[in-house]
Amino acid sequence: MVPINHNLMLSAVLFLIGVAGVLTRRNAIIVLMCVELMLNAVNLSFLAFARALGDMGGHVFVFVVIAVAAAEAAVGLAILLAVFRNKETVNIDELNLMRW
Amino acid sequence: MEQTMFYVFAAVALGSSLAMVMQRNPVTAAMNLVLTMFSLAALFVLLQAHFLAVIQLLVYAGAVMVLFLFVIMFLNLTDDQMMPGRRSILHVAGVALAIYALLQLRELIERTPASAPKPLAADFGTTAAIGKLLFSDYLLPFEITSVLILAAIVGAVVLAKRRID
Repeated sequence: MVPINHNLMLSAVLFLIGVAGVLTRRNAIIVLMCVELMLNAVNLSFLAFARALGDMGGHVFVFVVIAVAAAEAAVGLAILLAVFRNKETVNIDELNLMRW
Repeated sequence: MEQTMFYVFAAVALGSSLAMVMQRNPVTAAMNLVLTMFSLAALFVLLQAHFLAVIQLLVYAGAVMVLFLFVIMFLNLTDDQMMPGRRSILHVAGVALAIYALLQLRELIERTPASAPKPLAADFGTTAAIGKLLFSDYLLPFEITSVLILAAIVGAVVLAKRRID
């Protein structure tokens, strides 16, 4: 069996690739995809702990996270569509309507 | 065998997610994310989470990524909108922050005791076992999820629909 540390390390690396993407990319669609990647990385951690502890509570958490991620993608992309209709761009540098 | 599979799929997941973050073309980025989802589903199987591996494929690689691709193609971004090639200090800061956080996390993970794995129940990770948990111990989160999805449906329709003037 693969040691839990390796799963956790892979999960951490994937999560931080997602973080780096959110911080550096300027295309709002790709930023949303990076958020999905971060959620997936966390799912991997949950399942690794569930396997190591022999407890299926982690599976239920992952189930809920997947449902939330699907809802988030639907609403996020709908917001993007509405923004694009008004401003003709999805570059987050040009979306400064709510800047203080 | 299990070890080899783990490292192969971990390498695929890492490579495709890196490619996704670096890719300029959103469609290619989305395809790389699909590949990441697939290899993560394989890793879920290695962790005895069979039901969730299938859900991962159906919901993520299927529904969510189709939604992403649909929106990318719907927006039909031109080239200069797709690649604003401005390299700012934020790029460097973002990558540096991620690497620093990774080093911190690594120390934490190294300290996780590698205890012997607990014996698993015979039905660990099956649909029946998750169903029993969802409808007994975790009934409230399950119901809240359904309300959340209803809110998301209504929100998406209201946001995406054109104003009828």
